[in-house]
Amino acid sequence: MKIRVMYFASFRELTGLADEAVELPEGSRVKLFMETIKTLHEPLRGEGRMLVAVNGKFAKTGLVLRRGDVVALFPPVSGG
Amino acid sequence: MIEITHRDFSVDEVLSRLRAGRRGAIVTFVGVVRNESKGREVERIEIQVYEEMALKQLEAIRREAMEKFDVEEVAVIHRVGRLEVSDSIVMIAVAAAHRAEAFDACRYALENIKRRVPMWKKEITPDGEFWVEGERP
Repeated sequence: MKIRVMYFASFRELTGLADEAVELPEGSRVKLFMETIKTLHEPLRGEGRMLVAVNGKFAKTGLVLRRGDVVALFPPVSGG
Repeated sequence: MIEITHRDFSVDEVLSRLRAGRRGAIVTFVGVVRNESKGREVERIEIQVYEEMALKQLEAIRREAMEKFDVEEVAVIHRVGRLEVSDSIVMIAVAAAHRAEAFDACRYALENIKRRVPMWKKEITPDGEFWVEGERP
């Protein structure tokens, strides 16, 4: 299944991408998504502090992804 | 009232929108761009935003603050894009009948914005550009 991935802040610079489409097996959880992204983008491998939002909501590693989900990947936020 | 904007905003205008008969207290917080960070000179900053999610998060924090502290209104305006030293970054204004709950709600909104709203600051310095490390939510 295809999901859309968005990158922000330093992750955008490390991957060189604002967004991309990524292919994952049906029923994949966020944990597998993160491992897949680290395989695709070597510069992200050293990043321990990685937050994930699925369709605009913070997501835990056990959440099951669905076809067409928009998954954002970013470092801890620093607004305010 | 929630707003994300690329332009400077007027503190007075926000205040005038919050004034109403029963509201005896309006507490405001304004975050401002500093000229230094951890001993390093800062020339300006840039703020990147995941706007669709940030608006939802700001609205959720606004509602939580209003319900938890029983205040009448919480307004948040946040700048994004390029900001110069001394520009306002964020304004939180809380209107309530009395001061105590207004201070508490303002603090609650600020701490939650810093932890939960998807925005990232980049500091532009003479030594280069650096993303600011945020706190974990």
